[in-house]
Amino acid sequence: MAEEVILLDFWPSPFGMRVRIALAEKGIAYDYKEEDLKNKSPLLLEMNPVHKKIPVLIHNGKPVCESLIAVQYIDEVWHDKSPLMPSDPYERAQARFWADYVDKKIYDLGRKIWSTKGEEQEAAKKEFVESLKLLEGELGDKPFFGGQAFGFVDVALVPFYSWFYAYETCGGFSIEAECPKIVAWAKRCLLRQSVSRSLPDPKKIHGFVLELKKRFGVE
Amino acid sequence: MAEEVILLDFWPSLFGMRARIALREKGVEFDMREEDLKNKSPLLLKMNPVHKKIPVLIHNGKPICESLIMVQYIDETWGPESPLLPSDPHERARAKFWADYVDKKTYPALVTILLSMGEAKEAAKKEYIECLKVWEGEIGDKAYFGGERFGYTDVSLIPFYSWFDTLETLVNFSIREECPKLVAWAKRCLQRESVAKSLPDQYKLNDFILEFRKKLQPQ
Repeated sequence: MAEEVILLDFWPSPFGMRVRIALAEKGIAYDYKEEDLKNKSPLLLEMNPVHKKIPVLIHNGKPVCESLIAVQYIDEVWHDKSPLMPSDPYERAQARFWADYVDKKIYDLGRKIWSTKGEEQEAAKKEFVESLKLLEGELGDKPFFGGQAFGFVDVALVPFYSWFYAYETCGGFSIEAECPKIVAWAKRCLLRQSVSRSLPDPKKIHGFVLELKKRFGVE
Repeated sequence: MAEEVILLDFWPSLFGMRARIALREKGVEFDMREEDLKNKSPLLLKMNPVHKKIPVLIHNGKPICESLIMVQYIDETWGPESPLLPSDPHERARAKFWADYVDKKTYPALVTILLSMGEAKEAAKKEYIECLKVWEGEIGDKAYFGGERFGYTDVSLIPFYSWFDTLETLVNFSIREECPKLVAWAKRCLQRESVAKSLPDQYKLNDFILEFRKKLQPQ
């Protein structure tokens, strides 16, 4: 049966990147549709009426919303290739915990770094670095968060690497100096085609952030 | 092999209630340990060093944190004959989406009401009612959110019913009038022993919430 897979997305979205990576890991052909977030398509509003956000994965006409839910869905449906989740229930709970940690911390703190100044920005930088250091601790000496194999937590976190340059430039700090293991891990992930093809050029992201700053009046 | 299952909890916690319900649904014997959140136990701090929050499930010495991750772990570890999550990947993704909606929208709306005084209460009330109407629409004419069987989404939301009475008084609206289908669903869930045993006494909870708000008022 012919599969129809559509991804409603927005090129700088780290959440969209997660789904792109998962689809690529599984070798799934899909139709990528770029959304204009200032003018959302009827399809997006129909497929995600609750949140009206991207990414939305549409598989044979049925939507799956929320990036981590979509990644797990992809892993379950196309389970015969490149498993992303561990098979042991405890290991799965740990993987979900750390992906949830990325969701709770990295996006909001990163956002504060580029959109605030002064004390608020300093506090955000400090907490951001602390969060990455905690993740570094969790990574330890493993090549990937999942161990020997690239997995769920790696997919959850690596998109943010494309935003590091923007965070560093806006925040005036070096993430590599603070968290070298995370940067080394990210570069290791980027050797995978699924990742390198799904992450935009960090300079492009920086350009996008500068646009946002202008639009929101942050200088 | 003897199972050791401990739940570090706090009796009014909506998140703790989820874990209690899931464990009881699976017929798992567990040791529920009440935490004093002003004086957290060394065990809690050791088992959840990242967030230092309850609930924490400790299974044979290994911790699982975050209530929804815990419920999935419980579902995967025990009682395969009575699953909380459906087997179809799209239905699973749907169940997770709605549980996530509780955390992303319903809980923050409830907290806003809890913490707001005077005029701010009106805005909080509006947002809370909107959330409840989304739920009213989602339950429709189904017995449970997943259909015929009590499941994951029901577990994630039903603890909120225990807070409904007090919230009605605080913001002066009748959930029975606004969302009758949701109330019918809640009463259906309450007929299950796992739920009835896991939700606290209404009066005790009401007193707790009102005490909490009293402490927030300027002296």
